[in-house]
Amino acid sequence: VKTVRVAVVGAGAAGMYAIESLLGRREFAVEIDLYELLPTPWGLVRTGVAPDHPEKKQICDRQFSFQLQDARVRFIGNVAVGRDIAAAELNQWYDSVIYAVGATGDFRMVLPGEDLAGCLAAREFIAFYNGHPDFKALPIDLSCERAIVVGNGNVALDVARILATPIAALEKTDIAVHALEALRSSRIREIVILARRSAWQAAFNNPELEEFEHLAGVDVAVEGDDLVEPNGMQGLASWEAQRKIDTLRRLVSRKPVPGNKRIVFRFLGTPVELTGTDKVRQLRIAHNHLQTDAQGRLQAVPSGQTSTLDAGLVLRAIGYRGSPMPGLPFDAVRAVIRNVQGRVVGDDGAALPGVYTTGWIKRGCRGVIGSNRKCARETVDSLVDDWTMGLGGSPALSKDAVLALVSKRQPAWVSLGGWLAIDRHERSAGRQKQRPRVKLTDIPSMLDAAKLRDEGPGGPRLARDVES
Amino acid sequence: MAYVIAAPCVSDFSCVEICPVDAIHPGPSSPAFEAAEQLYIDPGTCINCGACVEACPVLAIYEAGNLPERWKHYAEVNRQYFLQGRTLA
Repeated sequence: VKTVRVAVVGAGAAGMYAIESLLGRREFAVEIDLYELLPTPWGLVRTGVAPDHPEKKQICDRQFSFQLQDARVRFIGNVAVGRDIAAAELNQWYDSVIYAVGATGDFRMVLPGEDLAGCLAAREFIAFYNGHPDFKALPIDLSCERAIVVGNGNVALDVARILATPIAALEKTDIAVHALEALRSSRIREIVILARRSAWQAAFNNPELEEFEHLAGVDVAVEGDDLVEPNGMQGLASWEAQRKIDTLRRLVSRKPVPGNKRIVFRFLGTPVELTGTDKVRQLRIAHNHLQTDAQGRLQAVPSGQTSTLDAGLVLRAIGYRGSPMPGLPFDAVRAVIRNVQGRVVGDDGAALPGVYTTGWIKRGCRGVIGSNRKCARETVDSLVDDWTMGLGGSPALSKDAVLALVSKRQPAWVSLGGWLAIDRHERSAGRQKQRPRVKLTDIPSMLDAAKLRDEGPGGPRLARDVES
Repeated sequence: MAYVIAAPCVSDFSCVEICPVDAIHPGPSSPAFEAAEQLYIDPGTCINCGACVEACPVLAIYEAGNLPERWKHYAEVNRQYFLQGRTLA
């Protein structure tokens, strides 16, 4: 059986599911090098999933670790494909390359005042509180009384919930220490979740909404929607939508408790302008009402009225967005690497031999962790079909030859052993404090924990016996 | 009593693949898969074998009588999904 050498770029859910799928194929043997930008794997499962959702993170121990520790897989962390190694080089080094790089950007509101201090992406705040090394120094000011989250998907609910959760509860999670300190001194009393459409068209899912029923010290209010089924929708609401309405009704019927924080679902409002001189002070909101369009669908349209809301923090949560990967064709409209069923294609539509993509950067930023499992299978099916047809890329370099090249470009690359040492360090620090782990949140600390640096005579140096 | 998928579900469909009686929906080949909030177990089809429990990478599956307090209503949520006549494709 031929051995196919594959590089997978990105160790998040998309990359790990691609590996799961590759390892399960019997048409040929595989050797996989898994490249990851950070010294730590798991992508958004580590730096995106909310710290108070530990159940979801079990997928790392119960699923992804098996792939990562498979003898056919070699982890190469702390290496930036597109910077340390060019995409064209990976093509030459491997039979096939799968890009599973996810999304590093997000959609902007494109509003006046959006660049004022105090207006940030929910994506950045999430990376901050989850200890992503690039966001440790995020300038987030929680000294205001009201925060507004623009958007009402699960990401919006995540950041609203974290801003409202009692510190004692967050202390039991793996939230970054610097975020815990910032939230400890937070003066935010009210978080407004601003949705363009009605409660009947809410973007969040039921499980995320229902968590507000169990959030201690928090009252929930609904504004802009009376939760009565709108004209034109009678009996048409899906049972998921009906379940959300029932939950919202339960939430607003609870008696407010003096001193509680407040989460306000503000439906049927569109942000139009952020104002303030040195930093954001107010958000102007255009009011919407529902109107049936020509296709019979209920649309939110401006009613002409506006109002303003004081806020010192505005977090946009209107979607993640993929960024171009240097050296690969990019579909700027869909914000994905241009592809057909996972085969990367040039702007002329011709396939780039041996180059594939999966996950958010393939299909756009939607779906949950498991959506990537189905997505990865399609990509690996394409890859296997191409190999079966003899359409592989150029012949691959040996494992040793690749590692010698990687070590030249990034001497501080992190191996599986390095990551396992980081993991042990974090869990051990957590055990002392009865937390799942205390995350390392900067690269030098991670490299120290990975035993990549020695304090030898003459200062720190790289201590590495290159594995092969 | 049937098994029930609760809130942590991430729609990794390992449970669908291991279920011997195809009680778990929507599976990855269903058009409803992408938009589904989670996967659900049909209590009328489930034979209570428990194979899905260990297959779930986030341990989202419980025996109906053993659901944690905050997810007690998921027995009804799972049942409701099939009563709505959704996607048995």
